[in-house]
Amino acid sequence: MAETTSESLGGIGQSVKRKEDLRFIQGKGKYIEDFYLPNMVYGVFVRSIFAHAKINSINSDAALKVPGVVAVLTEKDLAGVNLAWMPTLAGDTQAVLAGEKVLFQSQEVAFVVAETQAAAVDGASLVEVDYEELPVVVDPFKAMEPGAPVLRTDKEGQKDNHIFTWEAGDKAKTEKAFQDAEVTVSQKTHYPRCHPAPLETCGCVVDHNAFTGRTDIFMTSQAPHAHRTIFALISPFKEHTTRIVAPDIGGGFGNKVPVYPGYVLSAVASLVLGRPCKWIETRSENIQSTGFARDYHSEIELAATKDGKITALRVKTTADHGAFDAQASPSKWPAGLFSICTGSYDIADAHVQVDAVYTNKAPGGVAYRCSFRVTEAVYIMERAVDLLAVKLNMDPVQLRKKNFIKPEQFPYKSTTGWEYDSGDYEKTMNVALEAVGYDQLRKEQAEKRSRGELMGIGISSFTEIVGAGPRKQFDILGLSMNDGAEIRVHPTGTVMARFGVKSQGQGHETTFAQILAEELGIPEADIIVEEGDTDTAPYGLGTYGSRSTPVAGAAAAIAARKIRDKAQKIAAHMLEVSEADIEWKDYKFQVKGVPGKAKTMAEVAFAAYTAIPDGMEAGLEAVTYYDPPNFTFPYGTYICVVDIDSKTGEYKIRKFVAVDDCGIVINPMIVEGQIHGGLTEGFAIATMQEIRFDEGGNILNGNFMDYMLPTAVDTPHWDLDRTVTPCPHHPIGAKGIGESANVGSPPAIVNAIVDALSHLGVTNIEMPVSPWKIWRILHEKGVA
Amino acid sequence: MSTVNVTVTVNGVERSAEVEPRTLLVYFLRDHLRLTGTHIGCDTSNCGACTVMLDGKIIKSCTLFAVQANGKSVKTVEGLAENGKLHPIQEGFKEEHGLQCGFCTPGMMLSALELLQKNPHPSEDEIRWGISGNLCRCTGYQNIVKAIQYAADKMAKGEA
Repeated sequence: MAETTSESLGGIGQSVKRKEDLRFIQGKGKYIEDFYLPNMVYGVFVRSIFAHAKINSINSDAALKVPGVVAVLTEKDLAGVNLAWMPTLAGDTQAVLAGEKVLFQSQEVAFVVAETQAAAVDGASLVEVDYEELPVVVDPFKAMEPGAPVLRTDKEGQKDNHIFTWEAGDKAKTEKAFQDAEVTVSQKTHYPRCHPAPLETCGCVVDHNAFTGRTDIFMTSQAPHAHRTIFALISPFKEHTTRIVAPDIGGGFGNKVPVYPGYVLSAVASLVLGRPCKWIETRSENIQSTGFARDYHSEIELAATKDGKITALRVKTTADHGAFDAQASPSKWPAGLFSICTGSYDIADAHVQVDAVYTNKAPGGVAYRCSFRVTEAVYIMERAVDLLAVKLNMDPVQLRKKNFIKPEQFPYKSTTGWEYDSGDYEKTMNVALEAVGYDQLRKEQAEKRSRGELMGIGISSFTEIVGAGPRKQFDILGLSMNDGAEIRVHPTGTVMARFGVKSQGQGHETTFAQILAEELGIPEADIIVEEGDTDTAPYGLGTYGSRSTPVAGAAAAIAARKIRDKAQKIAAHMLEVSEADIEWKDYKFQVKGVPGKAKTMAEVAFAAYTAIPDGMEAGLEAVTYYDPPNFTFPYGTYICVVDIDSKTGEYKIRKFVAVDDCGIVINPMIVEGQIHGGLTEGFAIATMQEIRFDEGGNILNGNFMDYMLPTAVDTPHWDLDRTVTPCPHHPIGAKGIGESANVGSPPAIVNAIVDALSHLGVTNIEMPVSPWKIWRILHEKGVA
Repeated sequence: MSTVNVTVTVNGVERSAEVEPRTLLVYFLRDHLRLTGTHIGCDTSNCGACTVMLDGKIIKSCTLFAVQANGKSVKTVEGLAENGKLHPIQEGFKEEHGLQCGFCTPGMMLSALELLQKNPHPSEDEIRWGISGNLCRCTGYQNIVKAIQYAADKMAKGEA
């Protein structure tokens, strides 16, 4: 018999081809829009044309005359069943349909239900809404001025547009450090409002069966269990009779974490009509009304010694949360994990303050491929380090190395309270410097400058905090952030495993099978992974914030080890030795010191159902709910090289080296794919994406014509490498990789562009950095 | 609502349906023929998730009325594999990890098919231009390029 190895099993570290792909490449994936239930109706929204307006009346008469239109639901209908408002993930309330007034353009005003989608669209176009315009607040700073119109008149006691103030770190000590500082730098910057825009929009099909009392909700959900609990908390639907199924999802990136009015209205329509109701957003609706990301206006300051030791960090942020505070954030952490902004650096003192504000914009504040505001934190810190380097006339590499947390300092307690798990930042940075040829590039840059050519090198050596999160600190709406795994080993040695997280393209069906293959000694081909159906999967809070591998991946390993514990007892019985004489070696249960005497997991599995020892229960199954003891802290160094046309401001990323350390890698092929995708989204954010508004709160780029996504031609080639520093508290040493590249790349790109212009006195350019912005600078400086 | 009969040869089979005249080809394929491999990702003809082949040329099926395809021939992702054997482009996407969520994949593969029919040995740059009408949010395109190169190599060997 051939030797069993990790490679033969498709275990950890193997680039196993994905199990998911066969259905997708043949057009047989099943996404939400692919659900067609018998007797189904379709819902379409009437949306507000104004950003802030009183609703005097809604007239549905003409809409109801359209052939095929079945019903027009308004706020009054919802109020009757106590569903006009719903809680947001941040603990605020959000209008399901606007009642007295609308608070942002494209807000949901009425829901037209019809026999066909086309008839619903026809009906929606004929609903007459009488609006009375109110003063619009777009700028979050103006929103906080005395006399600004108060937007949330629905909230008792709300006297202004302020949502919360949140602080971390020691204010007094930080102030003292700044007073004593030899050098300080400061920069105001705006991380623009952008949108995750997964290629599939949001949608659902709700099927309430009045006869069985059961409700099936098929929906684009990154967190089906959490969504079912929320449904049960806010609606007549009970948790035991409601089944949420998240089918194949066409990308999420945080956009499919919140509960949207369309889900609630489809449920109401199905309940009222006794028919399945389908709701699928258009792209424009998706960009204009669902969870945006970022929109952080920050002022960052660094204090340092003259020789470049950073002594303190101070950040003051105004966060534009839109009309409802619907950001996805753990309940005790309203600015998420933003206080990770000390980054990869050993800084004695820091103080961070975030003030969140209501404006007449769509709600959201979801992560866009980012773990709860880590992206904003990393951006400001990596920009600030470059500012300091310019001020001190130090190489940005040397400055970073001087301030890195050293390998021997781990586990490292940061001044804002985080305990970093592991890292060797300098080692990883050196791999990147070598790969890009840093010293040579600096020489080339000097030569080019002397000829008037513009070239820049940008560095980002970021640290993330992912894998939310430890139960003692973290919950969403009171729900602990642990995640379940359930494993069944069948008599013939094949495995069914189910999880509470939900892949949206990350490849869980493959990677989780690999973890189990490694732990159980069963080939990955004999393991099937299922997610997304609350009827069958164990409870969990879903996939976002790079938490699937840190939390559910850990659950997979722990559950597998429970299986192994029981299997070892059965193996001992089969081999007629005591359990203590058995060891798990070479993916088999072996009698110690007798190599030929062994049982495979498949042999044990058969016995578990046919020949169990006396006093033992039959079967070979396990369930685990994993409560992570800490976050994980993936990190990396990215280096971007840009060439800028000095006459036009057009620029090209000539080379981009990304060296990541996400701990143990389960599937290198998939990890690289995640990094490619994250880098491309980071590139998009840095160079082209911003949701813009005029003074009237009108969205200026609410569709794919105007909100830019990079094409294959725009996107640079990515050069990847990695180091491996295992996570000490994770059962297989993994840290998570989904978001690192999107978090780490924007500052590398902006730093490169600013670096190319630094000799002209340029210290900052706001994202998205367009050739136009660069040209204007070059023009002002007399270069172009 | 008046309807009109539309007959299209889809993946080699003649298919008919009574549709509203305003029905777009993509809805004809999806809602009427239940060929749901062709996806809808935007409402401005930008994303290319709905790309199919019409009489041998790729088009965005959200930008064409079904009646405009009447009497013509359409190839969708469901018609790529033949006699139970994956097309080299499909193989390439699997082998080179050219997909993640899979939503753009059908349209992307149809664009690749036209590209390789016109240009069997494309450079990386030509591949990137060839798929520039198809947006992908997951992969960053790099592995899609490799997938198409894989298919080009395989198809070239097949010719030899």
